[in-house]
Amino acid sequence: MLNHYEAVFILTPVLSDAQMKEAVEKFKAVITDNGGTITNEENWGMRKLAYPIQKKSTGFYTLLQFDVAPSVIATLETQFRRDERVLRFLTFRLDKYAYEYAEKRKRNKAQPKAETEVKATKAEEVKEETKEEKED
Amino acid sequence: MTNGEIRYLTPPTVDIKKKKYCRFKKSGIKYIDYKDADFLKKFLNEQGKILPRRITGTSLKYQRKVAQAVKRARHLALLPYVTDMMK
Repeated sequence: MLNHYEAVFILTPVLSDAQMKEAVEKFKAVITDNGGTITNEENWGMRKLAYPIQKKSTGFYTLLQFDVAPSVIATLETQFRRDERVLRFLTFRLDKYAYEYAEKRKRNKAQPKAETEVKATKAEEVKEETKEEKED
Repeated sequence: MTNGEIRYLTPPTVDIKKKKYCRFKKSGIKYIDYKDADFLKKFLNEQGKILPRRITGTSLKYQRKVAQAVKRARHLALLPYVTDMMK
């Protein structure tokens, strides 16, 4: 029986880009080696933390969505705990509604660029218009 | 003001109580995302505390879900546990 899961974890900001990717790959490998499949991966990049964790005020956020057997979660969490590069982690089982939401998010991610570009251009146009008005 | 009658410049507004409603029930949201910190901020006060149902009007079912989502977001440092002047 496979379940849908989602894991968000924060890596220390001291890592270089390559080191960070390597750490992410490591956790992905834990899932895939135990017969799981990764369905979505999101890298939120360097983000400011709402409060300091281990005296660090920023961190690399990564989101993984995967299908895996429930027994594997324990091993994944021990890996998270053992790894000093991980500041925080949260694994979350997606229920019916959460899964729908996650799938929607995934689809939105696939084609948001076109929309945002359109929005950006529109915003610029509006700005220009307002500027002209001000000049008048 | 000669006849002692009280007159108002603007007619006194009789408070018509606006019925509160649960926004999740109304718009059919089934899942509250803990990753969306900006949305969850609507349910917090300036100190980052969760607002009671009597203010937001959320139904009990979804209030529990909001609380859970806020707590998850706090764990991931997306929202602060304690703060001042959040808004």
